[in-house]
Amino acid sequence: MKVNTILSTRRSNVVTIEPDKTLRDVVLLLVQHQIGALVVMDAGGHLQGIISERDVIRAAAVHADPFALKVHEVMTRNVVVGVPQDDIWVVAHTMTERRFRHVPIVDDGKLIGIISIGDIMKVQRDAYQGELDTLEMQLLSDA
Amino acid sequence: MTQVGTADNPLRVAIIGAGPAGFYAAEALFKRKELAVEVDMYDKLPTPFGLVRAGVAPDHLKIKSVTKVFEKAADRPNFRFFGNVELGKDLSVADLRRYYHQIVYTTGAQTDRYLNIPGGDLPGSHAATEFVAWYNGHPEYRDFEFDLSQEHVAVVGIGNVAVDVCRILCRTQEELMETDIAEHAMEALRHSKVKTVTMLGRRGPAQAAFTAPEAKELGEMADCDLIIYPEEAELDPLSQQALAEADRGTVRTVELIQQYARREPAGKSRQLIIRFLVSPTELFAGEDGQVSRLQMVKNELYATEYGTMRPRATDQHEEIPAGLVFRSIGYTGVPLPDVPFNEKWGVILNEEGRVIDPDTGSHRAGEYTAGWIKRGATGVIGTNKPDSVETVDKMMADLAKGVLLQPEKPGVEAVETFIAECQPQYVTFADWRKLDELELAAGAACGRPRLKFSRVEEMLAALGK
Repeated sequence: MKVNTILSTRRSNVVTIEPDKTLRDVVLLLVQHQIGALVVMDAGGHLQGIISERDVIRAAAVHADPFALKVHEVMTRNVVVGVPQDDIWVVAHTMTERRFRHVPIVDDGKLIGIISIGDIMKVQRDAYQGELDTLEMQLLSDA
Repeated sequence: MTQVGTADNPLRVAIIGAGPAGFYAAEALFKRKELAVEVDMYDKLPTPFGLVRAGVAPDHLKIKSVTKVFEKAADRPNFRFFGNVELGKDLSVADLRRYYHQIVYTTGAQTDRYLNIPGGDLPGSHAATEFVAWYNGHPEYRDFEFDLSQEHVAVVGIGNVAVDVCRILCRTQEELMETDIAEHAMEALRHSKVKTVTMLGRRGPAQAAFTAPEAKELGEMADCDLIIYPEEAELDPLSQQALAEADRGTVRTVELIQQYARREPAGKSRQLIIRFLVSPTELFAGEDGQVSRLQMVKNELYATEYGTMRPRATDQHEEIPAGLVFRSIGYTGVPLPDVPFNEKWGVILNEEGRVIDPDTGSHRAGEYTAGWIKRGATGVIGTNKPDSVETVDKMMADLAKGVLLQPEKPGVEAVETFIAECQPQYVTFADWRKLDELELAAGAACGRPRLKFSRVEEMLAALGK
């Protein structure tokens, strides 16, 4: 199964933020869109990094006034990105091994979506459920 | 007017496409306890069940038993089937909006992706899905011709469809007697001169798309030797490493492949050769203009930034004779008239099943999608169940919010009158049951599980329409 299976049933509006915004802006956007990470893009539309709720918590643990920090001071710069043709299970494996929960998806150099570990759990659940159902059906059939 | 979805004013739903996704959606609607709903299911063919009838291999009868679940939904008094009625030909989306509160598109994925190499469209090179539809008796493919007088066939791809095609090409007449393969295909295969079938996989044994039981089936055919080259069954260090973390199914498949690679051919009449780590690069025509040879390149695997194993061409080329080529590189969806479509992925534009208007980016009220045309061609038949349930969940949420189409004529009879006008030869589910009985009886008369009708005219004639 490929990443575009997940993206097919989505609107392609990834929530992005610019690097000089504050963590206060980040928190507001995360809550407003009920998501766990924002993709950081500069004014020219270039991918600069990713900032997740974990990054925010880490910053809050060491700064007295974390909300005033700038996105570029906190974000993760080395972002692993995927393409729509990537295999979902391989992406899942990488997320688990390298302990991150979001992978931005890029197509022809353009950011088109983001995949979270929750999306993968859902696809995995549905895939297993579907296989179980099909196998059960075949076992119970008298054909 | 009373609330939609109550006994006085039932929710009226049109489902377009009578395959698994459509039936699972109907089932999910019927399971809603508090909901009064009437479901009309349309299909362009007179027969229901989509790819269960026209796609699942004829020698996999057990898989087809899922139709019993679908029949249960069809037996409900609030379910109607309008077969032989095509959206875009007999009726339009605008027509549907006049009769229904909600429309669900479940038309699936029907065509094969194009093989983009020189000579890819030479005569004698076909989409594997066309061959599948042909041998399964799909009326639209009834008159396709495949040159089975050729001795050497190449099948590009190593997924389920490719494996099915190879099996059907290699089975004996006795084996085919046990299947519900269409009679015209059975007849054509009776005169088949095919000696070798070569299946080309671009990655290695550890990335094979088929499962262990499918591999086993290939290795146990009555009169066909399965050949795997030992050097191609060996895993490269990267794949070995990946296999250490792989699931039991993959490990078992690789074991089987390696076991078959060690086996001596038994001198059977046909050979099925599975090649790994090769990609076709060009098809060449013979003197008659038909495809006659296939050139391929050896691949090597490399690990991408985060561990995906991707094939990469080397400079080693090889040619094999191939007078008939099937390309099986994945199903893709076909757009429906007046329904927003993502050409690149071959799916209807949607958000968790709600159809999206590309101009506004918002939902098109009352329009939904499920199955392969929603998420792409992936998963087994049962995978469509949770997919359809997700769509029905959204339909129910929108019903609760009153976001529905506003049909002018929501009555049950009004639709029937309308359909009778635009397609007088529509087929009901009771009609289908008659066809089903006739097919089973015809099969029983000649020792086959079923003899399919493969022409719409024959079906209509049998029904006296």
